[in-house]
Amino acid sequence: MKAIDTLQKLSIRKSLIDIKAYNFLVIAFLLILLMVLIFTSICVGSSSIEITDVFKALFKDGPLTSEYKIINYVRIPRTLSAILAGSGLAISGLILQSVLNNALASPTIIGVNSGAGLFTALATVFFPANFNIMPLAAFFGAFLATIVVYFVARKTGASRMTIILAGVAVSSLIGAITDTVLIVFPDTVINRTSFIIGGLSGVTMNRLLVPGIIIFISMIVTLIFSYDLNVLSLGDQTSKSLGLNVDRTRFLFIILSSLLAGSVISFAGLLGFIGLIVPHLSRLIVGYDNRILIPVSVLIGSSFALFCDILARTLFAPYEIPVGIIMSFLGSPFFIYLLLNRKRRHV
Amino acid sequence: MIRLENVTAGYMDINIIKNISLTFEKGKIISVIGKNGCGKTTLLKTAARIIEPYSGDILLNEESILNMTNKETAKVISYLPQNRDIPNIKVYDLVMHGRFPYLGFPRIPTNEDKIKVEEALHILEIEKYKSKNIRELSGGERQKVYIAMVLAQDTEIVFLDEPTTYLDINHQLEILEVVKNLKKMGKTVVMVIHDLNSALTYSDMVCLMDRGEVVVYDKPQVVYESGKIERIFNIKCHEVCVPFHNSKYFLLTLK
Repeated sequence: MKAIDTLQKLSIRKSLIDIKAYNFLVIAFLLILLMVLIFTSICVGSSSIEITDVFKALFKDGPLTSEYKIINYVRIPRTLSAILAGSGLAISGLILQSVLNNALASPTIIGVNSGAGLFTALATVFFPANFNIMPLAAFFGAFLATIVVYFVARKTGASRMTIILAGVAVSSLIGAITDTVLIVFPDTVINRTSFIIGGLSGVTMNRLLVPGIIIFISMIVTLIFSYDLNVLSLGDQTSKSLGLNVDRTRFLFIILSSLLAGSVISFAGLLGFIGLIVPHLSRLIVGYDNRILIPVSVLIGSSFALFCDILARTLFAPYEIPVGIIMSFLGSPFFIYLLLNRKRRHV
Repeated sequence: MIRLENVTAGYMDINIIKNISLTFEKGKIISVIGKNGCGKTTLLKTAARIIEPYSGDILLNEESILNMTNKETAKVISYLPQNRDIPNIKVYDLVMHGRFPYLGFPRIPTNEDKIKVEEALHILEIEKYKSKNIRELSGGERQKVYIAMVLAQDTEIVFLDEPTTYLDINHQLEILEVVKNLKKMGKTVVMVIHDLNSALTYSDMVCLMDRGEVVVYDKPQVVYESGKIERIFNIKCHEVCVPFHNSKYFLLTLK
């Protein structure tokens, strides 16, 4: 926690130094941290591989040794999936916290989790043997639930509050439908549980390709419109009087947020907590400007997910703990710490 | 000059202002007064296109603004709402948001934008706060920052919804002096105001509203003498001459 205090002192002093230089330093530091974590993530795991063998597997088209297979077919996809999941959820949460001006907002609020929950349940009912359909079902479920939430809210003006209320109502309804499906078809519970708990084990490059592309494009679009997100946080009336098309901008961002979270759910299941905590931590370090907050959240989100995943794989190796559990164990006390100090920090 | 023609508007299909026609002349200060819930804010919001009217037209220099894009409107009309969140933002950055209508992609301010922001900070005398977070400021200081943002927006028409409400007397007078300054710059200022003394002494025109309609719209003296203020607010107005001071004061008491 001392590191955070030092960072905070630095950020208070940053008006005295050059803000740009400070931001550059932060990004440089986070990039180095991410690089170190990526390297660690590829090097460590339940089977120990010598570093020289790791390099051989990475840079040479060597023989198909078991080391080569582990590095290329297990650890690299897994590292990539942690980066995508961490950054995707962080930006999804950041967008929602800004758009809804609500510090507690996370993808759950726009129905992403409940939608994915229902569609995966339906998928196991109708295609019990086909496990490949699960990611697709999760993605479309998440996306469709968001659309329903938005259009219900729109009927009453699509203000920040109506979106949150519509989210709660629609999620609750979808949850009831899901429970009904699970009671009528009790066999589906087991198939689905492992998917819903979430985790990054067994992810392949093939399964990452489409979500990866969607996450990447959504992030670029978010970055392009990041200044509009700043203006939107002034409130509906003020941003409208500044010439921002409030409804269209809010709709765009909610869709982006849903695409990001839905894509992550499709390969990692429900790992919601990053979306709540990373934006808060990033704001603490670089302030409120989304133009810098977005890249910083991407870096912190990826690093946090990677760090948790490394722990999940190594703490009790060869057994593995679901990464979501590690995230909650590390994230919750930290988040409580942030809450206790939020007055002082304008978080 | 902005003109409303037979404008009816409201929320959720309930008409709050009904068939209003009036003209806000260029370079004048216009105060809109009336009881709570009479439609003052709705009138301002409609004229500033924050909400769309159900019927009627709004003409800026004889051209309808209802067909303009949001950004085009924001270059000619600014509106400062009464109830605002207090965002987590530095003074300079907030004032820079006033330049948003002029920013193209990728939203990088030009030198002109920066000069306008510096000017606005200078006019409102808030340069010393410019790297402070607005959450650290008092209500009065914050109001000045918002007015600086509106000034940076550089529009012909400025709508202010209760700019002096909740402020201490010193800040109220400061804001009213800023309003006078805006007039000197040739801007039209239309404000909702609850303090009848300020409305009658600072404005060129006073618009008295009741139940969604304009009761009287004229020079302050005429509105005062019509006796309609007394009737609508159900009060007694006494004109008092302040000794050694060349201005009028209105003593308001319950009937």
